[in-house]
Amino acid sequence: MKVVYGLFADPETAQRAVDALHAACSELKFEERQIVIVSGEPHEGYDFADSHLTSLPYRWAVLGGAIGALSGYLLTTLTQKAYPIATGGMPITPPWTNGIIIYEMTMLGTILMTLIVLLRGARLPNFKGVITDPGIWLGKILVGVADPLERLKPELEECLLNAGATEIKEFSGVSG
Amino acid sequence: MQRTAEQIEQDLLRPIFTSTVKYKVALVLSASLVLAGIAAFGYQLYSGIGVWGINSPVFWAFDITNFVFWIGISHAGTLISAILRLCNASWRRPVTRCAEAITVFAIVIGGLVPLCHIGRPWLAYWMIPYPNQRGIWPNFRSPLAWDFFAISTYLTGSTTFLYLPTIPDFAAVRDSAKGFRKVIYRALALGWQGTPRQWQRLEIAMHIMAIAIVPVAVSVHTIVSWDFSMTLVPMWHSTIFGPYFVIGAIFSGIAALILAMALLRKFLHLEDYLRPLHFNNLGKLLLTTSLLWFYFTFAERLTTWYGNSPSEMDVFWVSIRQNFSPAFWIMVVCNFVIPVPILSIKRFRTITGTAIASSTIIVGMWLERFLIIVPALDHKFLRYAWGSYRPTWVEDTLMASSFGMMALLYLLFAKAVPMISIWEMKVGLQPHGGGIITTAPTKRPAHGLVLEGPLPTDVPE
Repeated sequence: MKVVYGLFADPETAQRAVDALHAACSELKFEERQIVIVSGEPHEGYDFADSHLTSLPYRWAVLGGAIGALSGYLLTTLTQKAYPIATGGMPITPPWTNGIIIYEMTMLGTILMTLIVLLRGARLPNFKGVITDPGIWLGKILVGVADPLERLKPELEECLLNAGATEIKEFSGVSG
Repeated sequence: MQRTAEQIEQDLLRPIFTSTVKYKVALVLSASLVLAGIAAFGYQLYSGIGVWGINSPVFWAFDITNFVFWIGISHAGTLISAILRLCNASWRRPVTRCAEAITVFAIVIGGLVPLCHIGRPWLAYWMIPYPNQRGIWPNFRSPLAWDFFAISTYLTGSTTFLYLPTIPDFAAVRDSAKGFRKVIYRALALGWQGTPRQWQRLEIAMHIMAIAIVPVAVSVHTIVSWDFSMTLVPMWHSTIFGPYFVIGAIFSGIAALILAMALLRKFLHLEDYLRPLHFNNLGKLLLTTSLLWFYFTFAERLTTWYGNSPSEMDVFWVSIRQNFSPAFWIMVVCNFVIPVPILSIKRFRTITGTAIASSTIIVGMWLERFLIIVPALDHKFLRYAWGSYRPTWVEDTLMASSFGMMALLYLLFAKAVPMISIWEMKVGLQPHGGGIITTAPTKRPAHGLVLEGPLPTDVPE
């Protein structure tokens, strides 16, 4: 994978670059999904950063909790019924004490589901094509286009420079 | 002083690539304690559990004291970090990772104690309550089975809570490291890039984790308290034990956090990040929990004294006036008499002041756990069954080694991971100070999620 990108000193200029790329995508013959944005910190409050906001992980977390609760219920109930010992009139499946285990399993389900949803949503792990630049760890924002047409690279670089890029670079292959 | 992203990057990555003499000395000392503990444990395995001082009627002593103490210490991190994250306290940023690391290591050490106590650790899997063919009935009515579920959930949650915000920092180290180290960090970073999508998902995941981990943390120490309060032993069978243990855990946890931060500050030269403000704020929390601890201790003792039940009064007096009175009064001095004046007066609520108060609290809270467990077993009901307990050198060594293990794990962690979250510190530089994602009413109805803010870019001294 090849990426032509510019480094931007602040999120305002990065936003300008993203807007310029969106406007120029038909002219420069690339699709919007080819736009690459990478930063060393989150920049909430900007369109380029907030375009992936979603409440789905919260719903998945609730589902994870439900699965955990069901697992806890089945573990306690089925196990206790599988060993039908004499309990002196006490219930074989005591709701109070089973409730403690079901509660812990509910929370475990929520935690594990959150982890799974994060990894899936953030597309991790991913050891191929990690686009990075030392500049992003110094506070800069990388904005570029993946696999642009070779003949249109000068126009693309000009577009990035006009938006305020401090430097233009090219990334090819796997890094990190 | 406002620092730049570059300075933050350099300052916080420096401890990973360089080591000070102080750090090396601390590493050798803590490793020596761990080696001593391993030798003592080897001797115990060879000779049998009889080399401990426990005997009828005191079958639980130093080991359970250490278990309760370390599980309590584990409340430092995840719970405090989660609460500060949910409150969006901007001063939390340098504190959270130090705190979260304490939690994970303290649970691991706490979890090792039962392994030592069972005498035959190779049969430890028998404790796992699941349907099996060994004829062992998993008793879900037992608080020890609840412990298993609570502690394993807390360990999973705390490890996740520590690891998730560390992923971007692993990526930062990956891009600075060379050779074998780069390979390791590349694996740990999971291929993190820092795309907007990844940042969004990470922040949402941290928000969910912070919500989930608070009730788990509370439940863990409540369940640990139920190990005692579900039995009919004098002064154990008490409804106050749940909240009493939780407050005690948070109390000792904050003390451990302050102490760890004070040491990290010196050993890793993080003076510009772990500032007096952080110790002042944590000192206020410590003061609050010290007062709460005193309130609970007083309420528990007063209720026992007023009830005047003979079996409970035997335990009551043995801990206040007789054999265990030195330990009891040292506990009161360490947990209340020394810390409260230090932490109440602003002039004394300095880094040194809070570190001194925290040190005494660590001692006091260990004694508190000991005094809950041993006197009650020592003086249980009928006088002919009373006994006595004196720890042996094996138990002393194992206890000291648990502190050494904590220090060693923490030091090694500090060598492998930036002890202060780099990316969160950089967020603090942004004009709005960075915010956590909430589901509050929104500026962008289409998404339903907004940022909280504005927040100050940096907190004042």
